[in-house]
Amino acid sequence: MELLWQGSVKALELIFGFDAEVWSITWLSIKISGCATLVSLLVGVPLGIVLALARFRGRWFIVSVVNTGMGLAPVVVGLFVSIFLWRSGPLGFLELIYSPFAMVIAQVIIAFPIVAGLTMASFQSLDPKLSLQLLGIGASKPQLLWLLCKEARLPLLAAVMAGFGGVISEVGASMMVGGNIRGETRVLTTATVLETGKGNFDIAIALSLILLALTFAINFLLTRAQQREQHRWPKPS
Amino acid sequence: MRRTGLVSSLFTLVIALSFGSVAHGAEAGKQNVILSTTTSTQDSGLLDELVPLFEKQGGYSVKTISVGTGQALALGAKGDADVVLVHAPSLEKKYVADGKLRNRRLVMYNDFVIIGPKDDPAKIRSIKSATAALQAIAGAKANFVSRGDKSGTHTLERALWKKAGIEPKGSWYIEAGQGMGATLGIANERNAYTISDRGTYLAFKKRVSLPIWLEGDRALLNIYSVLEVNPTNGPRVNSAGGKAFADFMVAPEAQKVIRTFGEKKFGQPLFVPVAGKKEDELGA
Repeated sequence: MELLWQGSVKALELIFGFDAEVWSITWLSIKISGCATLVSLLVGVPLGIVLALARFRGRWFIVSVVNTGMGLAPVVVGLFVSIFLWRSGPLGFLELIYSPFAMVIAQVIIAFPIVAGLTMASFQSLDPKLSLQLLGIGASKPQLLWLLCKEARLPLLAAVMAGFGGVISEVGASMMVGGNIRGETRVLTTATVLETGKGNFDIAIALSLILLALTFAINFLLTRAQQREQHRWPKPS
Repeated sequence: MRRTGLVSSLFTLVIALSFGSVAHGAEAGKQNVILSTTTSTQDSGLLDELVPLFEKQGGYSVKTISVGTGQALALGAKGDADVVLVHAPSLEKKYVADGKLRNRRLVMYNDFVIIGPKDDPAKIRSIKSATAALQAIAGAKANFVSRGDKSGTHTLERALWKKAGIEPKGSWYIEAGQGMGATLGIANERNAYTISDRGTYLAFKKRVSLPIWLEGDRALLNIYSVLEVNPTNGPRVNSAGGKAFADFMVAPEAQKVIRTFGEKKFGQPLFVPVAGKKEDELGA
């Protein structure tokens, strides 16, 4: 218990003392996981929509792959991305291993199935009659897609939250492909592992609390947006 | 709707801004040197002092990858690193003999200690030799936690068991598969003996209630060497950079930092610098 107290005090010191290293680690975590989430949205949302709305051969297979991907173990992703990006690997010439870019790649692989899966679910939860009605009142295909996206935006926000939450809290892949290099690829989770290994439990607790606060803040913002929206709908009488 | 739009566009803006800065990465124009080293050098904090000094000399930017000694050596052998700083002399010599690594030079040493439960169930407190102590521990079937991760410390432990003529197995022999810090934690919880490097033991002393029962045996010397990666190991080995870092580690400036490192935090230096010496000149 004493340790938790020490850790919390240390966390406040580091945050409000504007400790340069802690802030840069935090900022790097946000940047890397933010980028990864953005790319996951660019890839995952269209894939999810296609899987939800289109009917083609092999769809079930892809859906199963995406669903498996939603639970992909980060260390497995880390290992395979490392093997590809190591200098001795097939993509070694890109010299990407141990860079923030490599971490974004690994995190995208972790996050995009989550985004795709949740997008698919949110489009499938729309009333199928809706698209017929929209087409009936003369919507073109792009207009239809846009209107459906607007309808599904609340569950889509959930996809953003889940994707971001999944990657910012992930440690195995970041450690392997990033290398936990000070000032370059050290993020909140890998720094926590390092400080625990050093026996600096108070700093480790401080970093964990910052990570928790950060994910809470982001989810709070997104949830607020989502729930406000919800309240605008007319109450069922 | 407006609110959602605002939040999501803010979010997108932050992400888009950050995209640019991530793509930039480390300072451009500097050549990267990949140093693969052990967790103990990283965890001690020594590299946090030495690496900036080296980078200040110009030219290179160091990427320090800290893993177990086994993996650190393997990364060098595959050409995935440029220079290796490790502490497993017998393994190192094998890699040098195979031509994968070269120009092995001693950098520093400290020592391992054998720690164990306060009541010393295997009665090793009067024993002076590490192998005899292990024999006593195995004989008493007293709990012993092994790193079990092919690290430098684990390599030394395996060598000691071999010398003791014992193949440790049974429920008393616990394989942690983790770093030294975590292993100390397990030993503490299980009230077990273990072998630790002195630096990590000092760092964890507050939380580990196992006293040192054996120290000072020459077999417990913990010798760190720097090795350069043979450029033929892979197409992209930065052998000039690797050599520059290796030269730096044995140069007077770095050796001076090593001599006093740890005094402030632990009241005693963690390493003894030994550049230029031979292995059999070290120790008591």
